[in-house]
Amino acid sequence: MKRIYKSTFSKFSFLPLNPSKGGLSHKFAKVLYIASFLLLPVSLAAQNDLLALAEADSAATAYTTATFKATRIINGHSVQTIPGKELLFMISHRFGTLDGGAYNFFGLDAATIRLALEYGLTDRFSVGVGRSSLEKTYDGYLKYKLLRQKDDTWAAPVTVTGFASTAITTLRFDNPEKNEDFSSRLAYTYQLLIARKFNDRFSLQLSPTLVHRNLVSTNRDENNVYALGAGSRYKLTKRTSLNAEYFYVLPGATADDYINSFSLGFDIETGGHVFQLHLTNAQGMIEKFFIPQTLSKWGDGGIYFGFNISRVFSFDKDKKVEKKW
Amino acid sequence: MGLFFVLLAASGTQAQSRYFTRTGSISFFSEEILENIEAHNKQVSSFLDVSTGELVFSVPMKAFQFRKSLMQEHFNENYIESHKYPKSTFKGNIQNMKDVNLQQDGTYKVKVNGQLTIHGVTKPIDADGTLEVKGGRIGAQSFINIKPEDYNIVIPLLVRGHIAEIIQVTINMLYEPYQANAAKQP
Repeated sequence: MKRIYKSTFSKFSFLPLNPSKGGLSHKFAKVLYIASFLLLPVSLAAQNDLLALAEADSAATAYTTATFKATRIINGHSVQTIPGKELLFMISHRFGTLDGGAYNFFGLDAATIRLALEYGLTDRFSVGVGRSSLEKTYDGYLKYKLLRQKDDTWAAPVTVTGFASTAITTLRFDNPEKNEDFSSRLAYTYQLLIARKFNDRFSLQLSPTLVHRNLVSTNRDENNVYALGAGSRYKLTKRTSLNAEYFYVLPGATADDYINSFSLGFDIETGGHVFQLHLTNAQGMIEKFFIPQTLSKWGDGGIYFGFNISRVFSFDKDKKVEKKW
Repeated sequence: MGLFFVLLAASGTQAQSRYFTRTGSISFFSEEILENIEAHNKQVSSFLDVSTGELVFSVPMKAFQFRKSLMQEHFNENYIESHKYPKSTFKGNIQNMKDVNLQQDGTYKVKVNGQLTIHGVTKPIDADGTLEVKGGRIGAQSFINIKPEDYNIVIPLLVRGHIAEIIQVTINMLYEPYQANAAKQP
């Protein structure tokens, strides 16, 4: 009641009541008088409509869900974390480049693969491990949702997820005589993933990234590579979407010597599975490969066809409902 | 301006006959071939006017909690489309409100009918329920069956065999006397 009463007055305050303009103020008073009668039924109707009252009461805002369908947009991570006590198994595959021609069956003869398990410790905190066949690399990551976008309010306009990963190459060193430290096998990635779901179809993400390599092959190569990623998805139907992703490497030796990765993808969701099919000029499936080490060009046909398949398993026993036969 | 206060006072007395809750519980259950689907919502707002028997519900659809978060996501994104239809509502009447004696604790059988809106589709509905008066508060309970098909909720062919045609809905409310101003503070 209080609220409606106040808002009725606030409508009046738009009327420029200025006593110095004598004649006018009288007119305004008249307008005000009429307006009060016009407005009355409106506010009373709202008061009498129980449903309007109930709807106003249940106006609590909810967190925006499903900004992206999967934990990856294409190669890079999305803001999505694994829900608490759920395990995700992911198989990623990249075939050879299309320019391999008929002899290499347009790339399908060759393949690199990454297998990964990701687990939700809580709804906001995920851990993951993976193994890429490329350079026999293991990787582990932590991902935490710092901020969650809320529906219908600007209080939390974006979802922000922090991401940190370590990759360990286990390839034998070229020169067994030379004594290399274990630390020279390591590379780290730090990302701040910032995404907004603009509507039920369109989501956009920006991903400022730092890739740090402990050991690089030449003097010219940079240990620290900074990049800005951008990714988006557009839902075509309830269960399919088009995705695009681009990583811009900030100017430096790496930007001069390597190519920025660009990828196009198509997501299909079927129950517990998400299939992601894509075309990309990057071969590796973890950050230290596809951000600072991409060499193929789209223009030259250096395009890899690939897919990610993920499947979730729920381990939440507390919530388990016994099956009745 | 005086008119305002007269009306204020009038609606003030009217408010005495109103009962409300914003923590009402609605859950649904459907027995499936692969796995049962169950969801609970404890953020239902409801008003009951005991002088007229008028009864309304407002159900925020995103507040339904499922056992599996993927089910919850599919429920919101694919079936109920909560971005387009964030709330389900009911607006109706208790037909035999005069049989309920609020001065005396007891349990009363009631008949309710009205309009149920889910997924943007409004359909008339009849239901039996019970009201339990106890110490100035009113408990309400009812069970209804809903066909998703009636509300244009499309279930794809692939999973049509897995999702039941009838969903059992359980409604549990505990109403308190409503004071317009006090109600705004939790």
